[in-house]
Amino acid sequence: MIKVENLKKAFGAKYAVNGVSFAVERGEVLGFLGPNGAGKSTTMRMIMGFIPPTDGKISVGGFDMVENPIPGKRLMGYLPENAPAYTDMTVHGFLGFAAELRGLSGQAKKKAIGNAVDMCFLESVLYQSVDTLSKGYRHRTSLAQSLLHDPDILILDEPTDGLDPNQKHEIRTLIRRMGETKVIIFSTHILEEVEAVCSRAIIIDRGQIVANGTPRELKARSQNAGAVTMSLLATPSSEVTAKLSALAAVKETQVISEDAGRTVLRCIPNKDQINGTFSRVVAELAQREGWRLEELRMEEGKLDDVFRSITLSETQKGATQ
Amino acid sequence: MSAWNNVKAIAKRELGAYFSSPVAYVFIVIFLLLAGFFTFNVGQFFQIGEASLTSFFYWHPWLYLFLVPAVGMRLWSEERRQGTMELLLTMPITTWQAILGKFLASWAFLAIALLLTFPIVITVNYLGDPDNGIIFAGYVGSLLLAGAYLAISSMTSAMTRNQVVSFIVSVVICLFLIIVGFGPVTDLLTSWGSAALVDTVASFSVITHFDPFQKGLIDLRDIVFFLSIIVFALFTTGVIIRAHRAG
Repeated sequence: MIKVENLKKAFGAKYAVNGVSFAVERGEVLGFLGPNGAGKSTTMRMIMGFIPPTDGKISVGGFDMVENPIPGKRLMGYLPENAPAYTDMTVHGFLGFAAELRGLSGQAKKKAIGNAVDMCFLESVLYQSVDTLSKGYRHRTSLAQSLLHDPDILILDEPTDGLDPNQKHEIRTLIRRMGETKVIIFSTHILEEVEAVCSRAIIIDRGQIVANGTPRELKARSQNAGAVTMSLLATPSSEVTAKLSALAAVKETQVISEDAGRTVLRCIPNKDQINGTFSRVVAELAQREGWRLEELRMEEGKLDDVFRSITLSETQKGATQ
Repeated sequence: MSAWNNVKAIAKRELGAYFSSPVAYVFIVIFLLLAGFFTFNVGQFFQIGEASLTSFFYWHPWLYLFLVPAVGMRLWSEERRQGTMELLLTMPITTWQAILGKFLASWAFLAIALLLTFPIVITVNYLGDPDNGIIFAGYVGSLLLAGAYLAISSMTSAMTRNQVVSFIVSVVICLFLIIVGFGPVTDLLTSWGSAALVDTVASFSVITHFDPFQKGLIDLRDIVFFLSIIVFALFTTGVIIRAHRAG
């Protein structure tokens, strides 16, 4: 549905987006991750046809967004960053205006507004002026606007920014549900959101894609992915470390803490041992040795770690260049 | 046809925005008070002893100089400030539809304000026997003049997110368009420049093209003059918005 090829955008001499390429198909929820100023919003604005790219191609539903953006725009709903809305209008008036620009009128318009209001829980403020709304309601008003014409593609720039945990949960549920039949691209810097909602995530840093994969694939890139963390009672760490190191599968053992008879350590497997069996190998050893195991779990790796290691090192490289 | 529907939807919203705040009513009251003040006190409507609205229309270029930029200054700067411009221009509409819709809405607003001066037409008809054709021409000219100023305000408002800056720049441009044809200034210029040069410069002035309307002359050339200012300024608005989006 969306195809972006070698997209570039320069502001003056600085490239905000520098050679971004990706494709998204129906049924995918694509998360855009990246530090502030990485080029997420700029990329989204270019996909929406709001900013012309310096170089590169964008096609939405087969329509070129640079040469002929109107048919592509019809397919998309957009929630801009900071969720703007006309503050002098009521929620109903604002949605009515947006519906008219989407070419809806009469019954179709009424029905579209009704649906969007239901999906975004706006009934209670429908006839309130937008500038009297709390941030959460205002955000959802702007979101409702993007859903009016039941678009095939949704581009959401930080859809959960500034919402309380309940509202965040509602929006995520909504995104996940709609993601089954639509294409959704959304940006965020909340990593748990990516894990909860996305079928695929792209990490952008300094205008370039630095990682692209499912949340699980990305997490596997974390240095602790596949490691086993165990907590033992009444066994000195030196003994455990020695036994563990003797195992062929173990690459390294780290003692995390040792106090009051409780030892916590992390056991990192060799590269070829990163699979489901490593935790069993460790568990079997513990059984053989008769260790009093309190806890044993395999780490999935944290998206946080991956995000930090990828984007930090890139930034540092930039600083030393 | 959808193009026209888009223009209509935008114009409707924009006009609604004027009347949803007290600013519109305050503006209309100020406009009517000032129009009255200029006509009766400065223009000496009664002392002239003529059954005409000359003293009413004569001051319109000056009256509009401040009032029209006040109406037009928010057109685009407010969209930029609130970020709604991104919302508006990512809708399946063209920039021209948005520019035209907004312009027509604020022009309609000014037309409403102008029409509310109708009591003065009744007054002059009650007091004497004026040529209502001349009065009609005066209104046509006044509306075109307001449109020209407004298009300039639309242009300056696209330049900045700050309404005050937009207001000042558009007042300066409109003032320039007045003074190059304003009697006292052209007289001064004639004293040290050739008459042809002064005439050429004056032909760019709104005064030169507004005067015939006050005399009851609806000349195609004057209409074309005002319309071309409108088209040019709206076109420039589009260019500025495009440049702004391109960064």
